[in-house]
Amino acid sequence: MGKRIVIDPVTRIEGHAKISIFLDDAGHVTDAEFHVVEFRGFEKFCEGRPYGEMPSITARICGICPVSHLLASARAGDAIMAVAIPPAADKLRRLMNLGQIVQSHALSFFHLSAPDFILGWNAPQATRNVFGLIAADPTLARAGIRLRQFGQEIIEALGGRKIHPAWAVPGGVRSGITDQGRARIRERLPEAFATAESALRLFWKALDENREEALIFGNFSSLFMGMVTADGTWEHHGGNLRFVDSAGSVVADQIDPARYRDYIAESVQEASYLKTPYFKSLGLPNGIYRVGPLARLNICERMGVPRADAEYRAFRQMSRGSVTSSFLYHHARLIEILAALEYIERAIEDPELSTKHLRADAGVNALRGVGASEAPRGTLFHDYTVDPSGLLKSVNLIVATGHNNLAMNRTVAQIARHYVQGDDIPEAVLNRIEHGIRCYDPCLSCSTHAAGMMPMKVTLVGPGGRILREVTRG
Amino acid sequence: MAAKTLNINGKQVSADEGATILEAAIEAGIKIPTLCHLDGVYDAGACRLCLVEVTGVNKLLSACTTRIAEGMEVHTDTEQLRKYRRMTLELLFAERNHTCSACVSNGHCELQALAWQNGMDHVRYDYCFPRWSVDASHPRYGLDHNRCILCTRCVRVCWHIEGAGTKNVAGRGAKSFIIDDLAQPWGDSETCTSCGKCVIACPTGALFTRGSTVAEMERDPSKLAFIVNARERKQWVV
Repeated sequence: MGKRIVIDPVTRIEGHAKISIFLDDAGHVTDAEFHVVEFRGFEKFCEGRPYGEMPSITARICGICPVSHLLASARAGDAIMAVAIPPAADKLRRLMNLGQIVQSHALSFFHLSAPDFILGWNAPQATRNVFGLIAADPTLARAGIRLRQFGQEIIEALGGRKIHPAWAVPGGVRSGITDQGRARIRERLPEAFATAESALRLFWKALDENREEALIFGNFSSLFMGMVTADGTWEHHGGNLRFVDSAGSVVADQIDPARYRDYIAESVQEASYLKTPYFKSLGLPNGIYRVGPLARLNICERMGVPRADAEYRAFRQMSRGSVTSSFLYHHARLIEILAALEYIERAIEDPELSTKHLRADAGVNALRGVGASEAPRGTLFHDYTVDPSGLLKSVNLIVATGHNNLAMNRTVAQIARHYVQGDDIPEAVLNRIEHGIRCYDPCLSCSTHAAGMMPMKVTLVGPGGRILREVTRG
Repeated sequence: MAAKTLNINGKQVSADEGATILEAAIEAGIKIPTLCHLDGVYDAGACRLCLVEVTGVNKLLSACTTRIAEGMEVHTDTEQLRKYRRMTLELLFAERNHTCSACVSNGHCELQALAWQNGMDHVRYDYCFPRWSVDASHPRYGLDHNRCILCTRCVRVCWHIEGAGTKNVAGRGAKSFIIDDLAQPWGDSETCTSCGKCVIACPTGALFTRGSTVAEMERDPSKLAFIVNARERKQWVV
């Protein structure tokens, strides 16, 4: 009889999930599955609402990256109105997205993943968290928390509040930035740069100490998807899509995000509420692709800003083609923080941000609108169809964590195959398996459209479906 | 007009004969919570928030529709009244789908403000989650039945200030709803003048200007009383 190991709940990720590991009679891992166990139903209950409400409704999907939903939804609204938004509004939206990338990436690296690097895989579970990090290295923990706060303050300076600002609307944004807002951001930038640089040094050290993990944690061939500018530079908002394979070859380029359905299809798995998108022409399971920081850095040719570009070149040198280890999501995330800070530094000096022309006015001019934005975790699509009076007839949301679903499953399986032998799994191995998921910084509240901070469960399953062992953490 | 004298909350008050308890209280500077009351149009006694106790009467009376009488003794702020007001507010919230965080009137809503002022920190009743639609057929305005509390302010301003008679109430009890003309889409109404008085009168986010997003609907119902006063006092006649 084979066996099944369950890790439930998975900890230090956003939302609720569990992992099942399947063993054969000899105790070898045959497969592993990542399940998202919460269902939220946004796509259904938004039907019938006016499209103008959608930025604020869908922002409630998540308190960590509400800005991503806000921006993607507002863009879908722009498309329904068939307007080009005022240039200043676009610049302001981009600035808020940069603030969002900084705060979310800081949360992922310092609060959720750094405890594993700093305290070690074997550290006691009770202290292997941000509080343990505060006790072990208060300076680092404080810097990380303050970096996140900096990103949040950019969001607040623009939208009036850190979480769920009702700010981006179909047609533009509701307000610009004040001189005090600019001054506050400018004042805190040097500290933010210093934190980003020290996090990069910390990561290089962690990489050195975790060479084995870097080879095992989600190291496989897949496509990568994200936005790039017209000249192939890193992009986070308003760009076109590019798909690149593991060899580094461009598979599809400059695709208008509104045409995502020509390239991406979605399937459902019985074991998870998380949808499984895949690259259409390759089908399942070959159409596996990854999104998020690692993907964005693999598809682009440069970051477009000097300090991040220097680090980007070191990143790309780790592989001849695409960088395929999901462990390096962490590195990519830190490079993106650095790039975001450089772009923020440039943006806040733009006098246009204070103009009053921030919102285009129009009625319903198109019955379908697709809005896309690079959320910290990857590309987010909002796809709405409306009736002629602007009430939603259908809603489709594809979130970053969904795109990464196949990759997360494969990552869990790869780590389990490497470390698990028999049903006696040491805590450090369980934690490595969880970390495989953390690399992607998944937001399961987003992906299932699930509430709460996530604990995790691992189930060990034998052949015939017999549950051998369940490890639950809360 | 003869004046009557009454006692509100232990305070001797006098008001014109024919005045309501609410009018007498307002004149004496005593605040009674109201929701369906709107300066400029007649009162309907629809919301039950202005309920008061009158000594010698064994039921609660709505201050907006009860006329004063000589020697009347009124209490507007007792433990029993506070309890009933909270209950009334909770019932209003439970009856339809009020989601403040996504509402055009968030922060400017009379229902939300009353709930806060009256200490309604949760709803003890099961939410009904009824299926109500949004009428967005009018080119300028929208009607979201989910947020309607059936105060009938819109009906009263439509009939008695604008004189168009477009808005009305159909159905019975909790299933009542606001209609336009013969229960047709608002945009198809032949009588609506698109004056927008109903939108100004609405205490919640039920009536709104299309294109408004969260918290953007701010209204000034005093404009309605201004129109009525100017008309009745013939201030526009030169």
